[in-house]
Amino acid sequence: MASMSSLQYTEERPFKVIVAKLGLDGHDRGAKVIARALKDAGFEVVYTGIRQTPEQVARAAIEEDADVIGVSILSGAHIHHVRLLMEKLSEMGGSDIPVVVGGTIPIVDVDELKRLGVRDVFLPGESLGRIVDVVRKLAEEKRRAELSGG
Amino acid sequence: MRSLAEAELSLSEKVDFKQLLESAAKGNLRSIGRLLTLMENPYRLPPEVFDGIARMAGKAHIIGVTGIPGAGKSTLISKLITEFRRRGNRVAVVAIDPSSPLSGGALLGDRLRMQEKAEDPGVFIRSVSTRGLRGGLSLAALSMVEVLDALGYDKVIIETVGVGQAETDIMNAVHTVVVVTMPGVGDDIQALKAGVMEIGNIYVLNKSDLPGAQEAFEYISFALSKGELGQRTGDWSPRLIRASAVMGSGVEDVANVIDEHISYLRSNGLAYEKVAARRLTLVRLMAERMIADSVERALQVKINDLKERVARAEGILEISAELADAACKLMSSTKPK
Repeated sequence: MASMSSLQYTEERPFKVIVAKLGLDGHDRGAKVIARALKDAGFEVVYTGIRQTPEQVARAAIEEDADVIGVSILSGAHIHHVRLLMEKLSEMGGSDIPVVVGGTIPIVDVDELKRLGVRDVFLPGESLGRIVDVVRKLAEEKRRAELSGG
Repeated sequence: MRSLAEAELSLSEKVDFKQLLESAAKGNLRSIGRLLTLMENPYRLPPEVFDGIARMAGKAHIIGVTGIPGAGKSTLISKLITEFRRRGNRVAVVAIDPSSPLSGGALLGDRLRMQEKAEDPGVFIRSVSTRGLRGGLSLAALSMVEVLDALGYDKVIIETVGVGQAETDIMNAVHTVVVVTMPGVGDDIQALKAGVMEIGNIYVLNKSDLPGAQEAFEYISFALSKGELGQRTGDWSPRLIRASAVMGSGVEDVANVIDEHISYLRSNGLAYEKVAARRLTLVRLMAERMIADSVERALQVKINDLKERVARAEGILEISAELADAACKLMSSTKPK
């Protein structure tokens, strides 16, 4: 069938990232700094706001066809919320969407978050540069997996 | 390894559309999300797929919501979603926000204000950025509308900022145009200027609990009134409604008038005309996009030769004509089968 091979100079589709705050946590300065850095680096950022349920975040990622989900948590309830988020994602058929987590995460919890399926964890003091690089790398991996029928 | 952008040109070839459409029709949100992504570049779809989708569409009530940034469009839409859900409608939203002209990135923040019904299976919200596309925004948005209409959403709401050409294209292709404004953004002369005060079927004076609301209401009423020599056509006179979306007041009135407007269109045989206008807009935008792409290709081939000559103003018109000619040749040599 006729896909139009002539159209090859169209702009590429920018990576789309969900930036979300999970749970009862209204401290969104960090999430906004990240959202802005990603926007400045050329990402399309959907910011879903504070006090989101795991279901709301999973729904947003699925409806937006996001390439990466970035979750910011400063409440201490990261293990609980992230576990629920991963369950919801898998229920909705979105297990292939990579999740990263940032915030006031004690270093002893990093392994547990990774066991739950989190691809990377950003602790206090992390550089914006590395966050943007990691998100870009995960987004590109996901897009390539889609193209190879993954 | 090929660059991702290059590899993604063949994205639609990797898709099993039959399966994707069936799954989306059953309400699988992931499939709907994927389908909307493919609508971002609809001219790359297999032609029969686009027709197939559009033939299932045509039943939904398409509502365009526009107005200046900060007027409260997203908040009003959020409340309207709740109100239309109460009336038993399934509701989809396509929310458009601008891209950065510098980085190409975007902060899409409309969804943030529409979380009231975020877990309701009868609601679907998609954010879209303008991406600095030549007409591409309206093309993507209107193609997404075809999909959401085809999937049986009763109300499909498109939110846009401003009154540029892209917004005009979109507003000409919807059934009902809702313009949201607020007190304190200009006097009676602003309200009389051409443009936004002429495109709406329904005007919402939002934040009408703020000082200056009564004055604003009067300015807008005057601007909307049919002058002796007025050009407004048809029997529908634009309506002005006071609301405060945050407080929830006036929202039911807005929903009532939106429903009244589609009843008016349907009972006068005008609803189908709007669908026809939308399809015609789609065709025009797709053709424009194809031509623009060929021009870009032709330009890339010769850009190094042209740059200096153009900078020195040696034959700007001739070079443009040559470029147009080369683009046409490129197009006719790569016609779809």
